[in-house]
Amino acid sequence: MIEVKDLTVKYGGVTSLDGMSITFEAGTCGLIGPNGAGKTTFFNVLSGFVRQASGSVRGFGDDLLKLPHYRRARWGVRRTFQTEQAIEGLTVYDNVAMQHSPLRGAARRADVLGAIEFAGGGLSPDARVGSLGAGQRRLVEVARTLAGKPRLILLDEPAAGLPEEETTHLTSVIKSIPEKTGALVILVDHDMSLVSAVCETTAVLDFGKLIASGPTAAVLRDENVMRAYLGTAEVAT
Amino acid sequence: MIDTAGPKAPAAARLLPRPDRRALVRGTIIVVLLLLALFALPPLMNGYYTVTMTQVAIYSIVTLGLGLLVGRVGLYSLGQIAVLIIGAWTGARLLFGTGQPFIVVMIEAGLVTMIIGSLITLPALRLRGLYLALITLMLAGAVTVIEATLNFPNGGGGFSGYNGSLVHIPQIRRPSFAGTDPAYYRFSVIVAIVMFLLVYVHLRARPGRAWASIRQSEAASLAAGISTTFYKLWAMALASFVTGVAGALLAGGDRYLYSIDFPIQNSITLLAVVLMGGVFSLAGAVIAAFLQSFLPAMLYQLWSVPYDWLLILFGVGVMQVLATAPGGIADQFPKDMKRLYRLIRRLVSRPAPASSSGTAPAKGGEAA
Repeated sequence: MIEVKDLTVKYGGVTSLDGMSITFEAGTCGLIGPNGAGKTTFFNVLSGFVRQASGSVRGFGDDLLKLPHYRRARWGVRRTFQTEQAIEGLTVYDNVAMQHSPLRGAARRADVLGAIEFAGGGLSPDARVGSLGAGQRRLVEVARTLAGKPRLILLDEPAAGLPEEETTHLTSVIKSIPEKTGALVILVDHDMSLVSAVCETTAVLDFGKLIASGPTAAVLRDENVMRAYLGTAEVAT
Repeated sequence: MIDTAGPKAPAAARLLPRPDRRALVRGTIIVVLLLLALFALPPLMNGYYTVTMTQVAIYSIVTLGLGLLVGRVGLYSLGQIAVLIIGAWTGARLLFGTGQPFIVVMIEAGLVTMIIGSLITLPALRLRGLYLALITLMLAGAVTVIEATLNFPNGGGGFSGYNGSLVHIPQIRRPSFAGTDPAYYRFSVIVAIVMFLLVYVHLRARPGRAWASIRQSEAASLAAGISTTFYKLWAMALASFVTGVAGALLAGGDRYLYSIDFPIQNSITLLAVVLMGGVFSLAGAVIAAFLQSFLPAMLYQLWSVPYDWLLILFGVGVMQVLATAPGGIADQFPKDMKRLYRLIRRLVSRPAPASSSGTAPAKGGEAA
């Protein structure tokens, strides 16, 4: 369970997150909103790349924002990036094995290979990432988040720019992450079909403020959400 | 029993290096070249080239360290000559001051250099690119100045070990089993092999993974729980260690050390040759050492080409690397050879040039 309280982030005069308060219970939660709404900023605060102006985030009772960033990975925060960050010079195996893990030796190897197999998509552990296509690189990144003992997995637009077929595969992978790892998944994406297929609950940010949250189907029908997305003052009745 | 062993077997098998044909060919080439360097070369070389090739072996360790920093971690250091000075000074001081075996002194020089090299670059680790290069160049300048005041040890007493005299100074000693120049050359090659293996082991294990990931994306590294500062420091420490060992080896090789042999601009030529040799492979470090030590010596011997001319060549070479061949000679040469091979094969397999131009395309069409 992740409890976010009054989280505010400022870049100079711009308030990117404005008193965000929300509790993510379990399973897979969506986080959507127009460009510049503060979704990636929220991820960056959680992974320690950006300092909050005020507010707190408690993950399963621990104060996450007090930990230095590389310690958060040891705690169990995992993330992918909007622009995919699979390391080209390494093999698929090494890309996943670079994730900090409490496991050692044979157990660790089995864990890494298991994560690669779980991500599927025909990934071979010995393949060089530089030779893979965009979809497979995304899967490598997802596999990396599964290594070790993840507790909170942040996926930042994992399906961006992928063709239909690969998105379908990714959807099924993301869907089964909570069951496999027991981790809480927060998914940011603009692909509403992906969000509604994967997320039980969804929160919506607009200009740094939380404007709606709840069961995904209900949130997507919310008037405020449609207004934020369509940019219209009046919603046709 | 069988149930638990079953699923684990593929995992264990995967980590065993597969007998890959390319790796086998590469391994054979390396072993043959090393055997040639160790056994076939020494009887063929005169005194001049024996000394030169000893320098190549020693400088290949220096370029190995710099290549590690630049190519694997993305740290551009212009201070490697200062690190080499620290290693050479420490090595010479210990060789004069103590009766320890040469190899022990080499390791000690490496460790001292590792500590000093890591300490002085610690504040610089927050910097990248141009600023890191500038800071390391300034640190190298500072070390050069200190060294010029302190002088290299030459058998005197006290901390500096300098006796104030330029003549009638004792030689820096060599190991008993490598007293002659050819023997010392072999010894240098073996030390270089050990240092390359040391770095290779690092690259294949967790530090190598961490460095590769830091070079491409510090954000992804941090998100994966890699302490980027720790691993950068580790790279600095390893590079300083091998360079320190090279320094002690250089002390024994040259037998007399003078400040004038370590001009600060050598830091810049070192980076240039490392870039030209190729920073992404270990072979690049060897090529870089040939460019640094062998090429000037050979050109001077054959046609009395002054060293300054080479600086121009290196400048052009670095431009070439930055513009078209980021992998340097180590990466470009095999590619060019493959292209040449294909070109020759095409020329050979083509029908005789006697046929008129009108029929040639038709024949080409048939072949396709």
